[in-house]
Amino acid sequence: MSYEILGMAVLWTFLFGYVMVASIDFGAGFFNAYSKLTGKDHILTNVIQRYLSPVWEITNVFLVFFFVGIVGFFPSTAYYYGSVLLVPVSIALILLAIRGSYYAFETYGPTGHKGYAFMYGATGLVLPASLSVVFAISEGGFIEITDSGPFLDYWALFTSPLTWSIVVLAVVAVLYISSVFLTWYANKAGDEDATNLMRKYALIWALPLIITASGIVIELRFHNPDHFELILDLWWMFAFSLAFFIGSVYFLIKKKNYGWSVILLFGQFAFAFYAYGISKYPYLLYPHLTVYDGFTNDTMALALIIVFILGFAMLIPSLYLVFRLFLFDKKYVRGK
Amino acid sequence: MLFEDPVFGSRMLTLLTLTFHIIFATIGVGVPLMIMIAQWIGIKRNDQHYILMARRWAKGFVVTVAIGVVTGTAIGLQLSLLWPNFMELAGHVIALPLFMEVFAFFFEAIFLGIYLYTWDRFENQKKHLLLLVPVAIGAAMSAVFITTVNSFMNMPEGFEIVNGQLTSVNPLMAMFNLATWTKVSHVVATAFMTSAFILASIAAFHLLRGSKQTYHKKGLHLTMKIGLVFAIASALIGDFSGKYLAEHQPEKLAAAEWHFETETEAPLVYMGILDDDQNVKYALEIPYALSILAYNDPSAEVIGLNEFPEDERPPLFIHYFFDIMVTIGSAMIFLGLIYWIGTRFNWQWVRQKWFRFCILLSGPLSMLAIEAGWWMAEFGRQPWILRGFMTVDEAATQSDHVGLMFVLFAALYLILGIGCAVVLTRMFRHNPVEKDLQALQGGEGR
Repeated sequence: MSYEILGMAVLWTFLFGYVMVASIDFGAGFFNAYSKLTGKDHILTNVIQRYLSPVWEITNVFLVFFFVGIVGFFPSTAYYYGSVLLVPVSIALILLAIRGSYYAFETYGPTGHKGYAFMYGATGLVLPASLSVVFAISEGGFIEITDSGPFLDYWALFTSPLTWSIVVLAVVAVLYISSVFLTWYANKAGDEDATNLMRKYALIWALPLIITASGIVIELRFHNPDHFELILDLWWMFAFSLAFFIGSVYFLIKKKNYGWSVILLFGQFAFAFYAYGISKYPYLLYPHLTVYDGFTNDTMALALIIVFILGFAMLIPSLYLVFRLFLFDKKYVRGK
Repeated sequence: MLFEDPVFGSRMLTLLTLTFHIIFATIGVGVPLMIMIAQWIGIKRNDQHYILMARRWAKGFVVTVAIGVVTGTAIGLQLSLLWPNFMELAGHVIALPLFMEVFAFFFEAIFLGIYLYTWDRFENQKKHLLLLVPVAIGAAMSAVFITTVNSFMNMPEGFEIVNGQLTSVNPLMAMFNLATWTKVSHVVATAFMTSAFILASIAAFHLLRGSKQTYHKKGLHLTMKIGLVFAIASALIGDFSGKYLAEHQPEKLAAAEWHFETETEAPLVYMGILDDDQNVKYALEIPYALSILAYNDPSAEVIGLNEFPEDERPPLFIHYFFDIMVTIGSAMIFLGLIYWIGTRFNWQWVRQKWFRFCILLSGPLSMLAIEAGWWMAEFGRQPWILRGFMTVDEAATQSDHVGLMFVLFAALYLILGIGCAVVLTRMFRHNPVEKDLQALQGGEGR
């Protein structure tokens, strides 16, 4: 396997990790605020805070890992994406900062402020929207290369149906992933009310998820026919994804094996996410930048890979410890 | 529109983010060590006061860590957003420590999370203390790795540019360049010093308000001693930094010292003002001192600023930043020494209000010294972003929206700053140490 593909595979894995854990985090924030609004916060807040508070910094590191890694392995992405993403990513950063400080201020501070909880919940929906715009931009057609550098054509971006279907998918996916995960977590905590409520939300968002996901494929046919063809070649991966989705929903409907529901959920998104990633190959930014012309020198690539392996060897046991203490420790999950 | 010029806008936004971030980064690097020392003494002497100290410091610490994390994420991305051309070049040569930093931070974040949520889950306190080791190491290593990147910007090594093509990249040489050693050790030592003095300020504050708790006296005593040790270390390393500058970045030292003509037996200019013809007025001149600072030799020759083309000279106002940093650093050593000697010989006046007021100032002043040091380091590298290879003009984004982003981020940092202050005050006002002590020992909290 060439360094280029190895590097991209690692980064894509981290991005996948971020998409999943951040979705749980974003969605939980939204449900938290929503339940406060509807007066059901006694059902949810506890479950949500017990899970979210200890892990939010870890979630954030996945994102940092991805963008530091991509500049390391593919320095040209700093030039192309750095030049055009100033506004959307700055907005995302500000929202992330509001979320991060919410945990610190609400959880470690003495009393919560309701307005802050709403702001925090709202960021849970706006953030996936603003971050997912990057995927739309990567499809090409929104960037103009001039003598003084690349520029983003905002008008084209925000009038494109592709952009909006990606944004809608991101938001729906956040709500779905989060509610499935929290159904399992609440069930593990032995909180029946919360389980039922989250299960209801999960089932509500299941159908919209599939509709919007299919919608994007159709949009791509018009926006980027090359990419569309490549996606069709990988139909079997999407078929797996769909099968996992059906299995996951089946357990939710049957009200059993919520753990399997979550595992299948991860499988569903893994297949879809990697299929999407593979179909983009070799482009990092269509049609301007491929993994090959954007790649770093071999010495740096090797150094990064070595550090990655060493670092990972150090992290796996520590992550295992976190999971054991906060996610799988029955006493902790139940709040004892 | 504010900041018509994207280069100026990018510089100002980076200045803003770093100025805000460095406060929390400094605390983030230094305080874990303080918590560790306190908890260790507590276990060793079986003294609940120190255990409680560790616990209360940790409680406040997480709030500042959160802000350090979000602003650190901001600057991490802003590097690419504001300086895309620089990051493209830098990515090829100095990506390694940036990557390592993420791991170090990851490590720290994981164990900090575990440490905070497991105060009462361990029978054996020592095991709980052990969790802090990776936190403190991760925090210090984060600072080390990031500072190597800054050193690289000052002293680019580990690559060659042949006919506009980047070749012979050596990531380790880029990381361990000539500037790394002094810079990294100075950053880490000053972070420990500043964190210690900030905690001393807090103890002094409570004692000034009339608290009679031995808890605060113990805290003050511990942190003042740690502060003194690291203040001396910082000054010694600072001296090496001066020698590094004289040898390898003479324009920065010359601008900081208002040293215009190359000469031997160079005097050190302290404060003062400058007119248009490079004449210094109202300054204190210490004979031979600059030559000593630069080469440990009163007759050594120090290169002056006029040796450099005008468009490659750093701005002259860095002189004040340098002087502020050095003045505060020296004052801290002085304060720590007096306190230490005073308590040893049981001088009454080190317990008096005016002296504790001086201690109260030590934390904020140390932080100001950190800021001044970074402003001096960064303005002192101008016009370069990568010294000798790329200027800030060449590196910056061309986006028209930098000014607007500056306003948004300024508002964000304002909210975060106020929020942090409010949460911390409320947190400790609702839980005064007396209450914690009573809970711990059933009333014998004296």
